[in-house]
Amino acid sequence: MSTGKNTRLAAFGLAAATALFASAALADVDMSGKTVEWTIPFSEKGGSAKWANFFAPLLSQALPGNPTVVVKFMPGAGSTKGANWFQRQKNGDGTVMFGSSGSTQFPYLLGDPRVKYEYNDWEPVMATGTGGVAYLPPKLAAKFDGTANNLKDINFIYGSQGATRLDLVPLLAWKMLGMKVEPVFGIKGRGDGRLMFERGEANIDYQTSSSYLKGVVPLVKAGKAVPMMTWGSLDADGSVVRDPTFPDVPTFKEVCNATFGCKTSGAAWDAWKAFFTAGFPVQKIAFLPQGTSKDIIDTFVKAFAKVKARPDFAKISAKRLGKYPMFIGDDARAALKRAISVPESAKTFVKGWLKKDYGVELK
Amino acid sequence: MDVFTVAMTALSDAFSLIFQFNVLIHLVLGVVMGLAIGIFPGLGGIAGLSLLLPFMFGMDVVSGMALMIGMVAVVPTSDTFTSVLMGIPGSSASQATVLDGFPMSKKGEAARALAAAFSSSLFGGLVGATFLTFFILIARPIVLAFKLPEMLMLAVLGLSMVAILAGRLPLKGVAAAALGLVVGTIGEADAGGSLRMASYDIPYLTDGLKLVIIGLGIFALPEIVALLRTDRAISSTASLGAGWAQGVKDWWENKWLSVRCSLIGVVVGIIPGLGGSVVDWIAYGHTIQTSRDKSGFGKGDVRGVIGPESSNNAKEGGGLVPTLIFGIPGSGSMAIFMGAVALLGSGDLEVGPQMLSPDYLDITYSIVWLLAIANVVGTILCIGLSGQIARLTTIRFTLLAPFLFMLIAFAAFQSGQNLGDLVALFAIGLIGIFLRRFDWSRPAFLIGFVLSNPVETYANQAYQVARSKFRTDFDLGLDYLFGPIVIVLIIITVISIFIGVRNAKIIMSEGEVQSGSKRSPMIFLLAIATYFAVTFYNASLIKDRLITDKIFPMLVAAIGFAACLALFIRMIRRPESDLVFADREVFGEDAGAQHGLWGTLAWFAFLLILTSLAGFILALAVFLVSFMRLRARLNWAMALLYSAVGIAFMCFMARLLHRDFPPGLLQNYFTLPWPFT
Repeated sequence: MSTGKNTRLAAFGLAAATALFASAALADVDMSGKTVEWTIPFSEKGGSAKWANFFAPLLSQALPGNPTVVVKFMPGAGSTKGANWFQRQKNGDGTVMFGSSGSTQFPYLLGDPRVKYEYNDWEPVMATGTGGVAYLPPKLAAKFDGTANNLKDINFIYGSQGATRLDLVPLLAWKMLGMKVEPVFGIKGRGDGRLMFERGEANIDYQTSSSYLKGVVPLVKAGKAVPMMTWGSLDADGSVVRDPTFPDVPTFKEVCNATFGCKTSGAAWDAWKAFFTAGFPVQKIAFLPQGTSKDIIDTFVKAFAKVKARPDFAKISAKRLGKYPMFIGDDARAALKRAISVPESAKTFVKGWLKKDYGVELK
Repeated sequence: MDVFTVAMTALSDAFSLIFQFNVLIHLVLGVVMGLAIGIFPGLGGIAGLSLLLPFMFGMDVVSGMALMIGMVAVVPTSDTFTSVLMGIPGSSASQATVLDGFPMSKKGEAARALAAAFSSSLFGGLVGATFLTFFILIARPIVLAFKLPEMLMLAVLGLSMVAILAGRLPLKGVAAAALGLVVGTIGEADAGGSLRMASYDIPYLTDGLKLVIIGLGIFALPEIVALLRTDRAISSTASLGAGWAQGVKDWWENKWLSVRCSLIGVVVGIIPGLGGSVVDWIAYGHTIQTSRDKSGFGKGDVRGVIGPESSNNAKEGGGLVPTLIFGIPGSGSMAIFMGAVALLGSGDLEVGPQMLSPDYLDITYSIVWLLAIANVVGTILCIGLSGQIARLTTIRFTLLAPFLFMLIAFAAFQSGQNLGDLVALFAIGLIGIFLRRFDWSRPAFLIGFVLSNPVETYANQAYQVARSKFRTDFDLGLDYLFGPIVIVLIIITVISIFIGVRNAKIIMSEGEVQSGSKRSPMIFLLAIATYFAVTFYNASLIKDRLITDKIFPMLVAAIGFAACLALFIRMIRRPESDLVFADREVFGEDAGAQHGLWGTLAWFAFLLILTSLAGFILALAVFLVSFMRLRARLNWAMALLYSAVGIAFMCFMARLLHRDFPPGLLQNYFTLPWPFT
């Protein structure tokens, strides 16, 4: 323990010394000439890479002294490797940053034995969310009348990345509606799932908001797909309301309420809502390592606020990321709290369901 | 007509994407590097692209494409230099050029041969690009017709083509492809997460081996070591003679031959897995068959240059079809290209059917344009610089090799930022050296490795979808699995295997290799067979509940083992002179080399071990100076100068790209300033 403390002290001292060296006044953090390494625990392709690459240059412009912000990738074990690495980082001088995603949150929540990281140790500075839309081929959509009552006898096939990933949310939703959805596991990204749908091999699919806007809306216009429901979005009280990006599409909550046998209360609903909250409204979070000083945290929070306040931010972020809500500073902290406070009962329910339906055991 | 308008817009968008200073500079840079790579015998597009890979992370998409396409497109043009001037194929795509190109050069007609070759290459390249333009217009419905069973069958066709056709012994090709497939399964399985030939105690292995490591280890390292062992310049003379105009005229007189061979190149390029090593032979065969006067072939007939050279550039356009549109590489270099594309930009671009979606169509078309421009630029540079290039071939390779070692080690480390990368590189490099030595097809291994994951995934998913369809209705499932395209692909596969097995002896994908003693090839065979057996056993331990994780490695290992067994029986029954005992250490270049294999390899091991102790830059300093002094026998001043230049280059590149150097044991104990960290 004491060595750890010493290293930490030494690291802090070193950081302070560098800061002192770099600028005369300590209160005013100046990061000129430094390099901020923003580590993403996924490969160069995929949503998190896109997300970090979008923010990196903006952050660089907004931080005092315009340090270089580089995005580094540390893929492995479904992001567990990178997150475990970040848990060991102690240099809180603002040169180390980390970006987690829903796929980092879920193994943590489900008690995956490979998880050696603790979200409560880290310092969140910014978080963004997303939504999701499920859609059907026109022929089956004709049987969908705002309820899933007529969909219960159909054999659905769904291209899935894995039951313990974000796909947990749609799979559980369909299960609660009483639909027979058979996941075909092993696709590499949701784009592959959409292609399976387009080729007619899958007959149900979902996409996150930005991918839906980009990839599925053209299909809807061409009459090849029909939106079924969104996962919704959370209002200030934490209740599920219609997704502001898709105000005309009903939420899963509405469909569930209308469908015979589906309840928006009880263990299944609590579990669904808890994992939905962890995976969608607070999907990606930027962290500084544990033990980062208040000055540095405030500097980053201010910088992200500056990014958000850019007059062109709405325009460029809508194009690159979709209309995601963005939380900064204390809001990010509150968002993180919502994302990781999943009741024990919900975890037990999901673990039991994963084992029963898919034979998945986290060991 | 809607498709047409979309395509036209994309085409003009692509135009504006390309004609930017930045992009064109990258293209020219790629072409120049391709020229250099093509000149080294044996170093072709695969090795060149592998070296480029680490620099692709986060690079602007179009610039990165320009760099790679520039290189890929020009290798089949520039490799002509070595084929014509020295009689050694510059890369596997221009072996047939040697047959008539080299005799022409001996007759003092090197310039004429080169001019004819360059004209044909340019023409072939443009035919390939034109074909690609039109194919993309009609491709989308075709792509949507390729469901999982069709994709699986296409991958199997590619594998069987490369396995059967890439060498003299189809069985060896099958074993090499199977080896690539099982090596590709190392690590956590996609479907159920079971570990295969890996352990959580060695975290490096759980993520599987990276393509960069495989590309560098299997292709670049063995060739560099082999070249280094001979310790000489590539060519002894730099004179080309006259006859440039005559060469161009020759091409014009045989323009229809050039057209036919270009089309052959395109078609062969489209068939996945067939790629570079056979296209020139097929074109050469066609050239002879269709010529009335056959007496001059092999003695310096210019038509023997025009045919193969038209086809080998055209194949790049064809080869981009399966690569871009289906994500199934047409050749070894396309396999690397595929991996590199995923690293570009923000990383959301991945080759495959989405390349045809309106979002990416402009990128796809910019590839086509880049291909055409690269061919033109490459030809101009080849002609313009031919004097200098001929002189370049007189540089001692020993002076270049340490820098290539340096780049390889750096590139390998970038793939995983882990010292395990260097260990893996050395291990894979050893396998590569043995595969080369005993004439096992390395392209088959590489394509097996690249296709391992897709084949397993397609098979598992097709099975899951089919199971679900069978549950609904038996006919529905049957229709799904055996659609018309699948049946056609099965027929093509069977026919190609049949023809391939009959004609295999003609094709020498990596030059002629003599057979030698029985012992060494047999030991290698047994080692490979043992690996198959261990893989089989290892996979069989996975729980039955996770059948999708175990069935593929078990099946492939069984096929590989059976191929090895058949080879073993042949080894016992045949005499030492049989093909099966091919061994480069017994006859030819390697056998007569000045330096031993192990001594040369030890230099590379020296660099890696030193790196693990003292970090990359310190290790590099010691390695470069001692290599230049002891192996290249330079004086102190020159040795220090060369080393300083090398290290400065490395630091510059790393700084520019924000890359780390591999740290060693030393860095665990002391905090050193950059670049020694």
